[in-house]
Amino acid sequence: MDNSIMHNKTIAEIITGLNAGEFSSVELTQHYLERIQRLDSTYNSFISVTDEAALARAKAADQQRAAGNISAFCGVPIAHKDIFCTNGVRTSCGSKMLDNFIPPYDATVVENFTNAGAVVLGKTNMDEFAMGSSNETSFYGPVKNPWNINTVPGGSSGGSATAVAAHLAPGATATDTGGSIRQPAALCGVTGLKPTYGRVSRWGMIAFASSLDQGGPMARTAEDCALMLNVMASFDPKDSTSIDRAVPDYTTNLTQALSGLKIGVPTEYFEEGLNPGTEQAVRDALTELEKQGATLVSISLPHNKLAVPAYYVIAPAEASANLSRFDGVRYGHRCENPKDLRDLYMRTRGEGFGDEVKRRILVGAYCLSTGYYDAYYRKAQQVRRLIKQDFVDAFETVDVIMGPTSPSPAFEFGAKGNDPVAMYLEDIYTIATNLAGLPGMSVPCGFVDKKPVGLQLIGNYFDEGRMLNIAHQFQQATDWHKQSPEGIE
Amino acid sequence: MTIERADIEKLAELARIEINEATITETTQSIADVLTLVDQLQAADTEGVEPMAHPTDAIQRLRADEVTETNRRDAFQAIAPATEAGLYLVPKVID
Repeated sequence: MDNSIMHNKTIAEIITGLNAGEFSSVELTQHYLERIQRLDSTYNSFISVTDEAALARAKAADQQRAAGNISAFCGVPIAHKDIFCTNGVRTSCGSKMLDNFIPPYDATVVENFTNAGAVVLGKTNMDEFAMGSSNETSFYGPVKNPWNINTVPGGSSGGSATAVAAHLAPGATATDTGGSIRQPAALCGVTGLKPTYGRVSRWGMIAFASSLDQGGPMARTAEDCALMLNVMASFDPKDSTSIDRAVPDYTTNLTQALSGLKIGVPTEYFEEGLNPGTEQAVRDALTELEKQGATLVSISLPHNKLAVPAYYVIAPAEASANLSRFDGVRYGHRCENPKDLRDLYMRTRGEGFGDEVKRRILVGAYCLSTGYYDAYYRKAQQVRRLIKQDFVDAFETVDVIMGPTSPSPAFEFGAKGNDPVAMYLEDIYTIATNLAGLPGMSVPCGFVDKKPVGLQLIGNYFDEGRMLNIAHQFQQATDWHKQSPEGIE
Repeated sequence: MTIERADIEKLAELARIEINEATITETTQSIADVLTLVDQLQAADTEGVEPMAHPTDAIQRLRADEVTETNRRDAFQAIAPATEAGLYLVPKVID
């Protein structure tokens, strides 16, 4: 066994290797930490690396394993997006506002992984407060896409996607408010799942738009995402929107055959604006699934064109309320020498927030202001129901909906420049899923100009097991997810 | 929808965010662009549609009225910019 290529293993293979004694968690953790130290100066996928704590956890995991006390992720290294609060470890949310914030508690997702025995390598880079689709809004600088370092990794979970794609971690947690798991997964050639709203606890996950935010896993395979979701998903009394519903074992049905599966293909996801190479890769993936016994059904999601406009009322409105807590009083950045309380608030927030965050707070404040509430927020919430109804109608006749995750592969840094609307349209196929609260997934399905393409799966409520099954079967017949960027082997 | 510099200044005051004088023109323009995007909503027929507050129409859960948290004031104040005698310090509000 050649332990110098341990980083090419999936989480499932790592668990097998640890159980067989091929390597220890300490060896594995040292190996990943060495890779991060050597390679991440190029990618910038980590904001913090917790090497000492990781090695201590790995040592403890090896002892537990030797004693026969083996939990689900015993000794398996992972990374957390820097939006999840970690007790005693800086949690910046990609913002200057929280550059000095050391939470006094763990997020439920973090606690779940700790209880499962996982080793945390560090905290991954992200767009500031998860607002962005390119990772260019991070206070810590942009993350570079390992497939082409002149291009963006997508966002907001670009650090998690890149860490997995560059084999700096076998899996990472992420969050998705409008596509922030699926779009970077697509652009970096990894597998990512946004669960049903309420499936994964939001407690300790720094809030952006509370009715849309949902945590989920990113890894190299659907099987690994299933293993991670088994740990991440839980009913949490501390999150008032957490759903009290039993968590199934998501690995149980992975090997089920796809015969009889009905796949809805929305005409609206293949219209103008879709890159022809991306379209071809997605169509080829659908053909592969047909070969496995699935049937394609043309469907319509007539209100999809209103998803981006509705989102850019609802998300900024909720963000403007959520981010009002950052006031320079209890934690986080505070301006120097405030002359009065107003000055303290104005300068603290003016200095602590970046341009995109400020823009969204102002848009949100506008939509919620007196006289505009009905025309904007109420209207958007009505449209949201129409968007949800499109999906409810579609799921009367199909089991899953598929299309591209993103309209085109990774773009170059600065390509969307100062045009926020161009950036917002990057999420044209992913946003409706968040508005409806449905689970969505991105799976690697090809390349355009050596840049990865993602196939999006949208499932019915709480149908994550079925989606993981479909993605796993697709990955048994294809090897897109096994390819690595040049120089990563 | 037209939005002007004065509107942005008012919003910035309401949201308590200082906007840099050098960038206010650009900020105004980009917010105008975003509002043009969201104005597409106005064309939607939403007559009689109930606004959607929650994807699965769940209602807020209530918990038993019991003390579940311990007092961790020292830990919380250890990360505050300025405290004294267990209180958070801010500039004087009333002279």
